[in-house]
Amino acid sequence: MSGFDKVVSSYEEAMEGLEDNMTVLAGGFGLCGIPENLIVEIRRKGTKGLTIVSNNCGTEAFGLGMLLIDKQIKKMVASYVGENSMFEAQMMSGELEVELTPQGTLAEKMRAGGAGIPAFYTATGYGTLVGEGKEVREFDGRPYIMEEAIQGDFSIAKAWKADRYGNLMFRKTARNFNPMVVTAGKIAVVEVEEIVEVGELDPDEIHLPGIYVNRLIKGTFEKTIEQRTVRSA
Amino acid sequence: MALTREQVAQRVAQEFHDGYYVNLGIGIPTLAASYIPDGIDVMLQSENGLLGMGLFPLDNEVDADLINAGKQTVTMARGASLFSSAESFAMIRGGHVNLTVLGAFEVDCQGNIASYMIPGKLIKGMGGAMDLVAGADNIIVTMTHASKHGDSKLLGECTLPLTGRGCIKRVLTDLALLDIADGKFILRERAPGVSIEEIVELTAGELVVPGDVPEMDF
Repeated sequence: MSGFDKVVSSYEEAMEGLEDNMTVLAGGFGLCGIPENLIVEIRRKGTKGLTIVSNNCGTEAFGLGMLLIDKQIKKMVASYVGENSMFEAQMMSGELEVELTPQGTLAEKMRAGGAGIPAFYTATGYGTLVGEGKEVREFDGRPYIMEEAIQGDFSIAKAWKADRYGNLMFRKTARNFNPMVVTAGKIAVVEVEEIVEVGELDPDEIHLPGIYVNRLIKGTFEKTIEQRTVRSA
Repeated sequence: MALTREQVAQRVAQEFHDGYYVNLGIGIPTLAASYIPDGIDVMLQSENGLLGMGLFPLDNEVDADLINAGKQTVTMARGASLFSSAESFAMIRGGHVNLTVLGAFEVDCQGNIASYMIPGKLIKGMGGAMDLVAGADNIIVTMTHASKHGDSKLLGECTLPLTGRGCIKRVLTDLALLDIADGKFILRERAPGVSIEEIVELTAGELVVPGDVPEMDF
């Protein structure tokens, strides 16, 4: 009985309204903290011509890489796209447009996009291919390039715990790009491991307030590890 | 003798000071974490969103939610903190990280660095490297001095797409430690048993050789 209740009951409902040629922002770093079930739902829906903004594009078998199988991605904005031969093949054949963006600039573009800041200046990428064609301005004798904010039609993110109002807590380095992604989407969809009743989370420990969240769903997660590295006892 | 990977890492670690926040790139820089000198505390920053990276986990400690920038599973050190990637790069861009160590394909005597792309061959992306070289004042580039074919990687001008312009002041290779100032490499130290002539021969960019070039001390 609350307009603040963000919980939806199915993945279909969570991604309702996603259409061809939309821009989708996706949280995660590598396969850590990715909205794995929301990606599977986009694959099931078969939406095409998507522009995906995410630090990486998953692997061939998991994460955003799954959207390459039926060529659902038209353009990828990412900082690192290695270790995926399907990605490389589609990029080389020109079917997939790629805009390489430095990691910190990518994070800040989405932070700005969610915070109502249309552009910002950064020294990152000045004098490189990234800076080509961008406005340059000097501050205190140092040149900076202007980078524009990014907003999405949808954002898909993964958090650890939420209350029904969409107040979010993340876990360890699975936080990564997720908070900025949530803030910068017109429709922000978040999947979590646990949903608790309102009032159960300590307001001081909420990482991202529910004001940014439109739809919330509880999922189960595989949490595939890319580089399992251990030391011996 | 050229330095081994471990010796390069060991020499890098000599640049760590007590209380330093350090970002180590993938590869040899990461190895330097194993050689932090006794009696000093260093906090390792991982740009995906962790300050205070610990050892690799034991088998039963592996946590899919806790990885480093190379996507390897890690643990957290005492006093660690966790944050978003935007916060992480605020630290980096804002100049709060005391030392950054990263690898490169080429460096030139103007302080330019090329480390992320070989056109037509290797297109993977820059990850956080462009932000790291733009944000840090204190950067050490670790690399081999020359290719397997004997072509110098310390050039008058980089030939590959740049990661950053005019931002590198110190390079550690398997043969030497060099500073970059006023458009020249300056030879500071040489690997044990490596002659100045050999270094001169394999340095394509303008090189200044001071009167005294000590051997590295391990």
